[in-house]
Amino acid sequence: MVNYAYTLLIPLIPLAVFLFLGLTGHKYKPIVSGIIGTLGLGIGAILSYATAISYFFVNHVDGTKLESIKAFEIPWLHITENLTISLGSLIDPISVMMLVVITTVSLMVHIYSIGYMKGEKGYHRFFAFLSLFTFSMLGLVMATNIFQMYIFWELVGLSSYLLIGFYYTKPSAVAASKKAFIVTRFADLGFLIGILMLSFFTQTFDFQTLTNPNGPAIANNYGTGFMGLSLITWALLFIFMGGAGKSAMFPLHIWLPDAMEGPTPVSALIHAATMVVAGVYLVARLFPVYALTGGDALHVVAWVGGFSSLFAAVIACTQTDIKRVLAYSTMSQIGYMMLALGVSGYGGHDGLGFMAANFHLFTHAMFKALLFLGAGAVIHAVHSNEMGDMGGLRKYLPITHITFLIACLTIAGVPPFSGFWSKDEILVAAWHHDKVLFIIEFLVAGLTAFYMFRLYYNIFWNKDTHYHHTPHESPLVMTIPLMILAFGAVVSGFLPFHKMVTSDGMAIESHIDFAVAIPSVLIGLIGIAVATVMYRKPGSLPDKIAGTFKNFYKWAYHKFYMDEVYLFVTKKIIFRYISAPLAWFDRHVVDASMNGIANTVDATSKSVRGFQSGRIQQYGYVFVVGAILLVLLFIYIF
Amino acid sequence: MTQGIPLNFFLIISTLMFFIGIFGFLTRRNLITMLMSIELILNAVNINFVVFNKYLYPQQLHGLFFSLIIIAVAAAEAAVAIAIIINIYRNFKSIDVDNVDEMKY
Repeated sequence: MVNYAYTLLIPLIPLAVFLFLGLTGHKYKPIVSGIIGTLGLGIGAILSYATAISYFFVNHVDGTKLESIKAFEIPWLHITENLTISLGSLIDPISVMMLVVITTVSLMVHIYSIGYMKGEKGYHRFFAFLSLFTFSMLGLVMATNIFQMYIFWELVGLSSYLLIGFYYTKPSAVAASKKAFIVTRFADLGFLIGILMLSFFTQTFDFQTLTNPNGPAIANNYGTGFMGLSLITWALLFIFMGGAGKSAMFPLHIWLPDAMEGPTPVSALIHAATMVVAGVYLVARLFPVYALTGGDALHVVAWVGGFSSLFAAVIACTQTDIKRVLAYSTMSQIGYMMLALGVSGYGGHDGLGFMAANFHLFTHAMFKALLFLGAGAVIHAVHSNEMGDMGGLRKYLPITHITFLIACLTIAGVPPFSGFWSKDEILVAAWHHDKVLFIIEFLVAGLTAFYMFRLYYNIFWNKDTHYHHTPHESPLVMTIPLMILAFGAVVSGFLPFHKMVTSDGMAIESHIDFAVAIPSVLIGLIGIAVATVMYRKPGSLPDKIAGTFKNFYKWAYHKFYMDEVYLFVTKKIIFRYISAPLAWFDRHVVDASMNGIANTVDATSKSVRGFQSGRIQQYGYVFVVGAILLVLLFIYIF
Repeated sequence: MTQGIPLNFFLIISTLMFFIGIFGFLTRRNLITMLMSIELILNAVNINFVVFNKYLYPQQLHGLFFSLIIIAVAAAEAAVAIAIIINIYRNFKSIDVDNVDEMKY
């Protein structure tokens, strides 16, 4: 067995960088903090690649199982004999894959931010928070037990909050950060309940024990439990609620579009590539439990994922803020991953969906980070988020244009780019499981191609906007990450994922299923073609089509009024009929009884305070009178 | 010298002195007067000690020693008390006890 204890350094270096920059960053020139942050991440990335190569290739014999290895573990909270919370690092296929994803994207974002954030106030604060986020995310994926995962889960939520609200003088950013925090926190309540239920029945937090097919979580029969579902299914559903909150699944997605208020590199790192896939990672981590305890919870996962992907794709077609389009696209792609997990079985070729979900997670991280960084370069050039302010930019931003085009082709599923391979696996898995879900995803594939190319044409083609300042290409420090990620987006599809990340660790056979691949490529191409006709040149066609489906367009443009529904439920119902009476009770009954006690004591004290006048002569007088009375008493008695 | 004077006379004198002292201590607001009243009380006790010693145990000296100790203590106490009174006067420009209420709630 190889010793992987050095993997502990991967999260600890960003932590050290965070502490250093957070405490002393303001003393140095801004550029220094950028370089320190990037260097720290660079070391982490090298260590992650070393781990991945060692784990998947050097120390793994073909045809054998990829073992899950506990590289390091210390008991952290020893509560009782049976209840110990540990901290450590777990090395298994999905965690190693996530290490590579996180460190790669984070490194690219760090390099990019050196250029993008130039001249911003709080430069060192930005890099400190980025490091904090990277630390938390790495700790999350390396967690050996579900409780450690929960701790880091909250930490990524916190760093997300801090980074969305980075421009804390802007009211909309503050509101967005609060919204993100509260919505995900609400979902995490479900996660915590799920953890408690699951660990109550299984008597363990440990992932290796939980996911062991012969372990206590799976082998036991929990009976029907509550409302026709077994208790373990309820526990898994609650855990999925936490995952859905972080991964912006319907109906807990409302925070993600608003989270785009943060700086664009943050959106690329947190709200596209890493943190939002934590929910997918969570389900993948507990996958054997989901798959081998009846599978009811997996049905929910599949349908929530499928519905979210369709819902978000429709909204994405109508939005005009380029970052919001990308945000809804992220939600839609994560829906794909969730669906792939939901339609998967455990072991062998049944586990195709599991492999596909992780594959798509990997390729999505590359191309979506690329899209966001490209959008950042565009915003950097034209100082606006709105599509209406853009157009004809291909002449001014050649590198951004080419890399953005590659990313769009990738997400649209055009072979041989990576998105094609992973999306194809998902569609195959869905085809074998449930035809309805397959049709939904098939439609979403077309919509994805359409809205991505709508975005692409609106930015780089369409009308020739007149700019006050001629837009210019970004500096090299920003374009190099774009090129590296574009390279990743092109080639990552050729990684032998079916040998690396599978549900039970054994390699599976994977081949292109032409009956699925050809239609899916075709619908992608149709989507691209429609977008080309509508948006390549300025024209009235888009408005006409929007006019035809007027009501539906209006609904989608307003995101199906989900925010309004939330506001109605919270403000009009919960606040008015639950919170307000409770506040009244608190103020007029609980507080009042306490105040009553205090007032009584106060009044009593005031009335007896006169006895303690502090006048020594008064005391003396009382003493003498008392002494005389005593003398008289004794004389009378004897 | 004390032949023929009954014990009661001395006791009446000392009782009068004692109660004059008590009365002065309780009614006067002037610190010096209060100090004087305390001296009266102590001296009333002194008279009692000396007289009882003389009348009841003429061969012994315990009572006299007691009164000597009380005189010494009274002298020390007067020194300390006057020092305190001088300081109070410096701080409050007054030696009226009613004015010294800085620490009162």
